[in-house]
Amino acid sequence: MDAQVALPAMAPPAPAAASKRGFGLETVGMTKVFGSLTALDDVSLKVEPGEFHALLGENGAGKSTLVKCIMGFYQPTRGQLLVNGQEAAIRSPHDARANGIGMVYQHFTLVPCLTAAENMVISRADVPGFIDWAKEKKALEAFMERMPFQVPLDEPVSGLSAGEKQKLEILKQLYLDQHFLILDEPTSVLTPGEADEVLGLLHDMARAGDITVLMITHKFREVNAFADRFSVLRRGAYVGGGTVGEVSTEDMSRMMIGETQIRKSAARVAEVKSATQLELAGLFVDDNEGLPAVEAVSLKIQGGEILGIAGVSGNGQSELVEAISGQRPLTDGRIFINGKPFESTRADFDRFKVFGLPEEPLRNAAVRRMSVAENIAFRSFDKPPLASLGWWLKPVAMRDKAAGLIERYRVKTPSPETPIENLSGGNVQRAVLARELSDDVDVLIVANPCFGLDFASVAEIRAQIIDQRNKGAAVLLVSEDLDEILELSDRVAVMSEGRITYVAPIGETDRNTIGSHMAGH
Amino acid sequence: MAAIDTIPPRPFRPSARLLGAIEKVAIPLGALIASAILFSCFLLLLGKSPADFFQLVWRGGFGTSFSFQNTLQRSAPLILTGLAFAIPAQIGLTMIGAEGALVLGGFAAAAIAIPLVSSGMPVALTLLLMAIFAILAGAGWNAIAGWLRHARGVNETISTLLLTYIAIAIMNFFVEGPLRDPASQNKPSTMPIGKDYMVGSIPGTDVHWGLVAGVVLAVLLYFLMARTTFGFAARVTGGNPRAALAQGLPVGKLIVSCSAIAGGAAGLAGFYEVAAIHGQANASLVAGYGFTGILVSFVARHNPLVIVPVAIMFGAIEASGGLIQRRMDMPDATALVLQGIIFVVLLASETLHGRFAIFKPSSEVDRT
Repeated sequence: MDAQVALPAMAPPAPAAASKRGFGLETVGMTKVFGSLTALDDVSLKVEPGEFHALLGENGAGKSTLVKCIMGFYQPTRGQLLVNGQEAAIRSPHDARANGIGMVYQHFTLVPCLTAAENMVISRADVPGFIDWAKEKKALEAFMERMPFQVPLDEPVSGLSAGEKQKLEILKQLYLDQHFLILDEPTSVLTPGEADEVLGLLHDMARAGDITVLMITHKFREVNAFADRFSVLRRGAYVGGGTVGEVSTEDMSRMMIGETQIRKSAARVAEVKSATQLELAGLFVDDNEGLPAVEAVSLKIQGGEILGIAGVSGNGQSELVEAISGQRPLTDGRIFINGKPFESTRADFDRFKVFGLPEEPLRNAAVRRMSVAENIAFRSFDKPPLASLGWWLKPVAMRDKAAGLIERYRVKTPSPETPIENLSGGNVQRAVLARELSDDVDVLIVANPCFGLDFASVAEIRAQIIDQRNKGAAVLLVSEDLDEILELSDRVAVMSEGRITYVAPIGETDRNTIGSHMAGH
Repeated sequence: MAAIDTIPPRPFRPSARLLGAIEKVAIPLGALIASAILFSCFLLLLGKSPADFFQLVWRGGFGTSFSFQNTLQRSAPLILTGLAFAIPAQIGLTMIGAEGALVLGGFAAAAIAIPLVSSGMPVALTLLLMAIFAILAGAGWNAIAGWLRHARGVNETISTLLLTYIAIAIMNFFVEGPLRDPASQNKPSTMPIGKDYMVGSIPGTDVHWGLVAGVVLAVLLYFLMARTTFGFAARVTGGNPRAALAQGLPVGKLIVSCSAIAGGAAGLAGFYEVAAIHGQANASLVAGYGFTGILVSFVARHNPLVIVPVAIMFGAIEASGGLIQRRMDMPDATALVLQGIIFVVLLASETLHGRFAIFKPSSEVDRT
């Protein structure tokens, strides 16, 4: 197979590639045990040739483990893998590649400073020591002509849009002669429009029988629009599947969640009276390379209002949140709360009652090796009753306070003394929630609060955010999940290339309008 | 998460805290044993008996009251330089400049002593001023590296190493130039402070008061880091600077303060080297205590209290050097080989924390 890829120009191009078709794949009783944890329990899953198959499941349901077993990153404890009905021994990603199984990851694996052509050539298993670029280019152009979609070959990848990059990732797999594609949440970095385009192309190629697709996702909309069949994993086990269209979305979500009770969203109080006002006045922020990431962002948020900032990842939203929460200096602009200037210092956080729920709490809001009790004390360790004289800690008071909050916010932890890194993602976020939301909150800065959490935690965290809004807090919500923005916001803003390009009350806008502004139109 | 509900109760389940503590002791101890085995191989290659060697270390370090006092004498600066590594380590900095801060502190003490002694200042006041100058010199020197780290993003490991060379050069410049005692023919030195002005010994021993200072400082710094708001904020910063910033903690001040505390501890070690041992500043101050302190701190896992016994152990290895040299006919550098092996094995063992299932309470194994 490698030989064919290496010398595409020598073989008559069209027939060689056309003879390759999407093929079927099956796992039989796939089981993977890590120590005392069964991550994958007897999963049998069949993907027919030329099918677009969606793999659904909550975080931690075992989707990634299953895919990693298929790709050869893990060796299953028990179970077999059948490729086209034949048992295949896949011991490493290299074997998967030799069997024609390719993977497109959630995040790009392209080298930004190289062109599309260079990225494709270097991804081959057999890159020669001396590359005859003229020949390779010819072969690539011939290859592109056979493809249903194109990307510019000679432009550095850094200049491509996210949608084009994702297309290039897919083209790369096809160029490598992989006709069984596994996609891990491929649309999380795309605008809704780009997502629909890429999935549509994959759908058409699968329909034509050129490829078989297995896509990990949790977006029912994409499953209903593009997939042929679906399978659902829950707690490591196969719990059901079927043909798309024959099963309702409600049934799919019930399969994913099981019997877990999901907390109903807190009712939105119509008119909240609050004197609080957060004002961002002409904020400019640089990114790590010193390039402008946020430019002239001015927004006003009233108490009792959630302003949701939508945008494709990497358009300056994280830099904006970091600047407001003190993790990154402002290069220009001011922040005012209730008309008074605000600096990101501990004194002002307390004075104006500013709290935050940052994304990836273990990275932004917690110290892994410190205990749950200590992590919960971050806001209050230097004030009575947790400190006497302003400098002497009282560990017993700290533990007691934590124990109360752990119970109130239902943080599942063996003890307050356990290092917080031993908790699951949902419980880390709940501990942070307990710390940030248990006092009076006037201003709340929230960034992707539910990223990577299970449904039950997501519902609870969203309910808590609505709750704070109802109590009169001014809430700034940055999220890459458009559904989250649409569910929570009173007003929506779109951030594109560091600027706020669109602001509208939630009742006067819709998904498509927001989507087109996210794409920069 | 799910696992928490389903684990059946067992008769005895050590708490997470206890298991963590056992792990913290077991891994460095295992590393020490592994280093001893490796070093034995090295000795066997040379045709020497490892049994003889370790017996001699015991005798030379702890065997007699004389050798034990020798050990304690040498461990005093190691406690202080160990602290000089441990405090920045808690705030996430790898500062290896204790040697430079010690040399500069010792030199500052010797330099300020010259006018004080010649003006006939009382002994206690002279020593106090010498100590204060030593601490300030070390603290100020190391704070430069902390400030560079915070304000300009300069790697603190590189800057402290380079500052050490500069500190030694500064001392050499003055000792060989303007402040040279004309009487010091072969070994350029500052004016001796004189017998009357030397720090005495702890009553009933030959060990100078630096040991007491080291132990007291270790206890104080332990409480500073474990029980005060300053220490808490420093540990948050060390564990996750992004979280510290998001909590509005004064990260820059904390970094500079911890750097200064570290430099001050090393500077104090320099004061005792001058005021209790050498009586003047000269090249003998550059004895490697600053670098051995790094090792001490690593073995103690940067815990100020544990640094005391660990420093005594390393003091014993150094104290037994002479005996080993004479009895086993081995060069002085043998102790350095042992220290080097310990350091490499120890650094490798750092990666083992959290890797052993036996140290994990089973209820905390989680699905991620």
